[in-house]
Amino acid sequence: MKGLNKIAEPEVFVVADNILSPIGKTTAGNFSNLKQNISGVKQYHKAGISSQPFYASLFDGEESFLKIDAGNYTKFEQLLIASIGDALQHSGINVADKKTVLIISSTKGNISLLETGEYNDALRKRIALPTSAKLVSEYFGFTTQPVIVSNACISGVLAIITGMRLLRSGQYENAVIAGADVITKFILSGFESFQALSPQICKPFDSLRDGLNLGEGAGTIILSTNKKYGQNIKVKGGSVSNDANHISGPSRTGEELAYAIKKAMEDAVISAGDIDLISAHGTATVYNDEMEAAAFALSGLQAVPLNSLKGYYGHTLGAAGLIESIVSTQSMKESLVLPTLGFEDMGVTKPLNICSELLPGNFKNCLKTASGFGGCNAAVVFGK
Amino acid sequence: MLTKNHITASCTINNGVVIKDGVKVFENTNTNLAGFLVSIYQHFHLNYPKYYKMDNLSKLGWLTAEILLKDSFNPNNYQPEEIGIVLANANSSLDDDIKYFDSTKDIASPSLFVYTLPNIVIGEICIRNNFKGEHAFFIQDIFDAGFIAQQVNYLLDENILQACVCGWADVLEQNYKAALFLVEKEKGDGSVLFSKENTDSIFNNDQ
Repeated sequence: MKGLNKIAEPEVFVVADNILSPIGKTTAGNFSNLKQNISGVKQYHKAGISSQPFYASLFDGEESFLKIDAGNYTKFEQLLIASIGDALQHSGINVADKKTVLIISSTKGNISLLETGEYNDALRKRIALPTSAKLVSEYFGFTTQPVIVSNACISGVLAIITGMRLLRSGQYENAVIAGADVITKFILSGFESFQALSPQICKPFDSLRDGLNLGEGAGTIILSTNKKYGQNIKVKGGSVSNDANHISGPSRTGEELAYAIKKAMEDAVISAGDIDLISAHGTATVYNDEMEAAAFALSGLQAVPLNSLKGYYGHTLGAAGLIESIVSTQSMKESLVLPTLGFEDMGVTKPLNICSELLPGNFKNCLKTASGFGGCNAAVVFGK
Repeated sequence: MLTKNHITASCTINNGVVIKDGVKVFENTNTNLAGFLVSIYQHFHLNYPKYYKMDNLSKLGWLTAEILLKDSFNPNNYQPEEIGIVLANANSSLDDDIKYFDSTKDIASPSLFVYTLPNIVIGEICIRNNFKGEHAFFIQDIFDAGFIAQQVNYLLDENILQACVCGWADVLEQNYKAALFLVEKEKGDGSVLFSKENTDSIFNNDQ
């Protein structure tokens, strides 16, 4: 049944992308700095966000993201517009085409407005994600209804999978998929209340890992089924699962993430032996990294080179799945995998092949995973 | 859009009224949202201690799913991974966001913070029913039945799922509405075709 459907489904190609982060304003700029081991994470003393010093990857307050007057747009919307604008520049995609859809991914969008404004109906409307999506859509002149994904820390990967499926179904030919989140008191205080923040640059999969860093950023990936992009990297498959176990703690076994990985590989028509690179979620919390290691072991992926980019970007929430996917596709293009900054000493009970220095090689297929609150897991396969 | 899938059950909760498969099964218009939700919980003799720690969005979505699935759904027909949930709303988790942010003025509450994501209601329904399949939460200005039908039909037609709970769950202060649909591949007693038109018709039947 699945095999028959696959014949009719078009392949989905990556047309262009952008990463806008404290590390750089373009994908190339980010990758160039990442190769030099430059991290966006540092210590901040910002009384407006936290009474304590904290580690995070934040934009400097004075940066301007747009060349135009940004007065009407919040920082969240400016990040989306700047990231989408850069990605579109290289793409040749017609945003006004009825066959082009805009997909926005965010966990908290404009929630920071609650911190400064008096709550009323006007503020409610300004915070609502559809307001931001409409502003961004109108800025570029999209003519179709934007799709908004808000599904905790898998939002970015889920947005890519949603785009892939919308294109496969033939409803659209092009998808512009953008994610962003901004770190303010609301989000930082929440992770503080969970005692989930590391008091240093985070250490994914390390024996001394002690929590995550938060990060700001935006990422955009443009997909198309147009065969003129046939030489580009493809989105080959994806899948989502739920732990059905706990709303704020990961699965005890990793079976559910492993199931999403299995289905994503089946969707891509490849097996574990075909995966050359894993971009893990790797938040550097004790339980997340252990669960992921268990899932990769169940999937037969323990020998595959793996990294987590959280030591460079922090956890960029609704942008993370996009930013980390884009870095991985850049690794495939440049035949160079980045190390896991912060990792020194194996700290999970299942074996993993964690990259701790720049690793050259030919990487044909990459698996990107994410997991989050609500028991959600997602896996997507990119391939040449 | 062509579809061969069926709405085998539906439940809406709106304006103090609970409607299951087109029939009013409970009404209580003399109280606020918190009182209304607990009166539903009691009326249907539900017993689930985790219910009391949920925020109002999760309570509303969870209650709607309980009534939707009761006597209408046989979990033995499916593996856990074959059942999924696709939901949407307009206000994300703003109802709980406001309460959480108020708590930060004293001591930030982790138990309120965990509900500051709209997909937590999906997690609560999955935990209750051991649903482990595909799921997604979308934010929409108004309920877009065509989009939901497209997403869910794709998941069913591609055999990614065999059954799906989908629909709308939205809460902001005293304003709320939930409309959930059980969509399966086989017809049942009283089932209707899972089309945009039938979905909209059930969604709007409670006004």
